Amino acid sequence: MTRTAATDVSQDAITVANVSHAYARPDDGVVQTLSGVSLGVRKGELLCLIGPSGCGKSTLLNIVGGLVAPTAGEVRINGHPVHGPTPKEIAYVFQENTLFPWNTILDNIKVGLEFQGVPAAERQQRAREAIEAVGLADFANNYPHQLSGGMKQRASLARALSLQTDILLMDEPFAALDEQTRTYLGEELSVLLATTNKTIVLVTHSLSEAVFLADRVVVMTARPAEIKATIEVAAGHPREPKFTTSSEFAALRNELYTLLRDEIEKTVGGFVGKAAARDRERRAVAGATEVVKP
Amino acid sequence: MNARFDWHARAIQIGFVVALIALWYYVGRSGLVSAIFLPQLPHVAGKFIQIVQSSTLYANLAVTLFELVVAVAIASSFGLTIGYLVGRSRYASLVFEPLLAGLFAIPLVVFLPLFILFFGIGVESKIAFGAAYAFFPIVLNTIGGISQVDPRFVTVARSMGANEHQLFRRVLLPAALPVIVTGLRIGCTIGFLAILGSEMIAGLRGLGSRIVTLAEGMNTAEMFAYIVFVIILAMILNVTLSNMQRRFGEAPRSA
Repeated sequence: MTRTAATDVSQDAITVANVSHAYARPDDGVVQTLSGVSLGVRKGELLCLIGPSGCGKSTLLNIVGGLVAPTAGEVRINGHPVHGPTPKEIAYVFQENTLFPWNTILDNIKVGLEFQGVPAAERQQRAREAIEAVGLADFANNYPHQLSGGMKQRASLARALSLQTDILLMDEPFAALDEQTRTYLGEELSVLLATTNKTIVLVTHSLSEAVFLADRVVVMTARPAEIKATIEVAAGHPREPKFTTSSEFAALRNELYTLLRDEIEKTVGGFVGKAAARDRERRAVAGATEVVKP
Repeated sequence: MNARFDWHARAIQIGFVVALIALWYYVGRSGLVSAIFLPQLPHVAGKFIQIVQSSTLYANLAVTLFELVVAVAIASSFGLTIGYLVGRSRYASLVFEPLLAGLFAIPLVVFLPLFILFFGIGVESKIAFGAAYAFFPIVLNTIGGISQVDPRFVTVARSMGANEHQLFRRVLLPAALPVIVTGLRIGCTIGFLAILGSEMIAGLRGLGSRIVTLAEGMNTAEMFAYIVFVIILAMILNVTLSNMQRRFGEAPRSA
């Protein structure tokens, strides 16, 4: 079943309407990061934003979260325009560990609930539940520095879940982790989120992560970022690890890479591509007989 | 650092102090140095026992401690408030941090006559002078501590709905506390030094003033007893402040 944002606007949890963003650099240059991005995120879906490094994915996420104001356009959450953080509706999981080092894991979660305005009597119970949900009950009274990178990100996820918001924004939450841990946490996340019915926007630069977790993957162009394509991933949640070995997964991953490749080349300058082309040319001139695979 | 190394280091430290005291004892006994310049150790020890039983010591101690407490209280109120306000704004930090650091580099002692003119010869000028000296490390460390709080912590707190008060109480203060406490410690130490110094240069009461009076009366043995007392006082102050720093100022381990 395919729906388009246009036909179902009233159903969208997040509406991004023609959002642009630019910032001034100290040397008077203006950097255009986003250029007229429009996007609808349906209630209960997991949408991945993927694009070349530095393209403005995180900026878009911060605009949705009200942490950054767009230079043009508007974001609406459940139909209401966003003018600043909306902690009752949106919770965040940031890229690097942002747990407070001076608080224990339990206190980190409780302080988040305090910020959100949860009455003191409820905080303990809700923090405990969130810690148990991510399997860190034994580490509730540990400090962040006593936990591994993966555990810290699980604790960050617990903090976000404890806020009981309908929307979860995740900014490359597993980027700082090694690949095995990242894959494993992705699997855990898929199971955990299948039961919560949250609307999630996840920024990632991992193709596998995007395909494994997302209902839809939005591919962004190099800066200034526009939406290049949107890919649907039809498989239901929670997804089994074996999904990653299916031909469907491989096909989607390749499709994504093809879409991204040009944008990445724009970002990194295409040095390798050009060098390879030169190399091929030279061999052709020399009359080499070996076949160069495209 | 293993325990064995620690033990060695401690043994050398104790040995150094013991050797210094022994040197004093034997030089005094040998008669190489006149007792007016270096009184004999037993004589000073006797004087020390005398002064700790006298009310003169406690009257002077009370004056100096009063000056120190009031000076540090004034310096902390101004230093913490101004430091917080300046440290919260990137631009204000840019403007005022070098300015305050520059002022701190001036030897304020040249202005001591002005302090005496403005505040008189009594405790007020000592308090003002001590506060002026203690203010700078406190304000500079507060600016440093607040302005160097990882902006991600502020962003994450705001995203969860923290208001200004919660941001201060739950994020800025705990993040900056180790640096601020270090500033308070340096402020106390420097303030104590400034107060003793100003008492010695132009004072009627207080430990510094008492030491100068005894020196001028050639009463070297009792002066040395007072000096020993001040050294012990400084050590107590240092240990107290170190404990305070350990208690509140443990650096947040980078997570």
